[in-house]
Amino acid sequence: MKALIQKLVETIAPSGYEMPIRELILGEVKEVADEVRVDALGNLVVRKGQKSPDGKRIMLAAHMDEIGLIATHIDENGFVRFLTIGGVRPHTLYGGRVRFLNGVAGVIGGERLENMDRVHGFEKLFIDVGATSQEDCPVRVGDVAAFERPFLDLGKRLVAKSMDDRISVAVMIETLRQLKDTPHEVFFVFTTQEEVGVRGATTAAFGVDPEIGIAVDVTATGDTPRGMKMAVALGKGPAIKVKDTGMIADPRVVRWMADTAEQAGIPYQLEILEGGSTDARAMQLTRAGVPAGCLSIPCRYIHTPSEMVDFEDVQNAVRMLMALLQAPVDLK
Amino acid sequence: MDEYPSISLPVSESQLNLLERLSNAVAVSGDEREVRAIVLEEIQPFADEVRVDALGNVLAVRHASGENPLRVMLAAHMDEVGFILVEEEEGGWHRFEVVGGVDPRVLVGKPVVVGKDHLAGVIGARPIHLTTPDERKNALSVDQLRIDLGNENGKKVKPGERAGFATRFRQAGPSLIGKALDDRLGVAILIELIKNPPANVELLAAFTVQEEIGLRGAKVAAYALNPDLAIAVDATPANDLPLWDGEENTRYNTRLGGGPAIYVADAATLSDPRLVRHLIRTAEEMGIPYQIRQPGGGGTDAGAIHKQREGIPVVSVSVPVRYAHTPALQARLLDWENTLSLLYHGLERLSPELFSEDR
Repeated sequence: MKALIQKLVETIAPSGYEMPIRELILGEVKEVADEVRVDALGNLVVRKGQKSPDGKRIMLAAHMDEIGLIATHIDENGFVRFLTIGGVRPHTLYGGRVRFLNGVAGVIGGERLENMDRVHGFEKLFIDVGATSQEDCPVRVGDVAAFERPFLDLGKRLVAKSMDDRISVAVMIETLRQLKDTPHEVFFVFTTQEEVGVRGATTAAFGVDPEIGIAVDVTATGDTPRGMKMAVALGKGPAIKVKDTGMIADPRVVRWMADTAEQAGIPYQLEILEGGSTDARAMQLTRAGVPAGCLSIPCRYIHTPSEMVDFEDVQNAVRMLMALLQAPVDLK
Repeated sequence: MDEYPSISLPVSESQLNLLERLSNAVAVSGDEREVRAIVLEEIQPFADEVRVDALGNVLAVRHASGENPLRVMLAAHMDEVGFILVEEEEGGWHRFEVVGGVDPRVLVGKPVVVGKDHLAGVIGARPIHLTTPDERKNALSVDQLRIDLGNENGKKVKPGERAGFATRFRQAGPSLIGKALDDRLGVAILIELIKNPPANVELLAAFTVQEEIGLRGAKVAAYALNPDLAIAVDATPANDLPLWDGEENTRYNTRLGGGPAIYVADAATLSDPRLVRHLIRTAEEMGIPYQIRQPGGGGTDAGAIHKQREGIPVVSVSVPVRYAHTPALQARLLDWENTLSLLYHGLERLSPELFSEDR
């Protein structure tokens, strides 16, 4: 599974430009899928199983996009000015390396810092792609880039850019491969444009019209020195979301997930996230409303070029999805 | 329809007259009657179907002549930023709120028109003779301002009625100056395309309401029309003047005279890359000048449209305008013509194969 994770996280595919990662995922799943389609917003919708009398139509969603940068101006000396795609913060950028979709690489520099206590905003940062003038700059206004950072295997812990949310993509692919028998019609949806406002999941959920929706995404942790206060830690199992700033998970879905984990002997944590939301919000609010929840992979340093997860949490997330999908569901 | 021969530049006198009527009409978000009336009058002889929906959007269809055409939605918003009366006070003054994004600093001293009879009013302020230097350091906030209608007329309008800037449309050499060019330039373009459409596409024109307060009309219009793709036609700020300190202006958004502005990304939408490429190819092959709007904030009707139903591929094209959301905007006639031209030829060259391209 680590080889799959490495391929997924090293692919450059920011929101709105998910083709490279979609092609990669498609190659991994097409042999085991019952049906595959790509919708108008680029979501990859993979069906597995038929609905039996005691089965449901279940949508799983992991987003395949990642945060990135977009060129806004090439200045007289060939420096690329930029803004962000999704929640990139300036202090994560200094000295960073980025790669544009057209293959061009660059490093991020900034205007002189007058005061070390005040980080520059994006308007004072730029990407240096080695050009010497506007004319010889290989980047055009509107070109997009993402962090470039190799996958790092620390044994128990894995580090990469775009663990958010490629680690969940890996969890879903692995689940899809292992899932031989299910009473449900399961839609594994690899969504687009989550980082800019759960846009892909909004239209995918309308199309799939599920009876239950579960997002698989990363969540923050409270286990680093003087970090945020949060009762989630790496290594204590995948987290079952109770609430975030965009959604209150359906209590029946939370109970179903927790009961299933306990019966299967899978460690889990309950999660309340005080900043951010997931594709589950879009599924919950589609059409006439859907019972929705979220299985979260605890992740340190989210939205930096070095996001860290625990490999056992990842494997337990797969076990959890398998346990959820292999038996009939009675939400209560 | 002989009075509209195939598309040609420059725009005709009648198109300019129509733009003048549209610019002078007042249609503050939520009360778009005046512009809707002009739109209906102009398109009814040409459109195959016209209806006004529950929110007040005008939805018009011009059928394609071929088999299995792409169903293309074009959206331009009828509404403009302005004011809503909140409370009448003694003496013909009205307290008001701003509708849509207006910088309060541009309000002081501006004539306005109020209500359906366009009663003349002014957003007044104490004159310089009677203010202290300290008072003049601070901008007045909206709750400190009133619309003064003169004693008698003040009683003829009620809270809830709208008011707009009183600027009259003018041509100034190569430029157009007027209020509400955001988005009457787009409305006029859509009217022209209904009168004189490319034959290959099923043209679904949405003249939308309430764009300036959150893309509200476009949301329901897109749900109803359920098109194969959509293009928002709007106006976008040109912040292209030199910087005061002589540094390079890196945040111009668009430049006046640079041609239609094609959107890659704004705060509400990531354009479908296939549609962006299609418009760029069209512009380059037809020799139409164009510019990429600097990715950044803001949003157009496309932001609401693309998230409807199972998703709709979208792109936006805007006419650059200086001084958007103020009483007097400035656009270049040539940018407007080139936007119409890019849209016409872009539509004419559309085919379903576009969607099998990589994106």
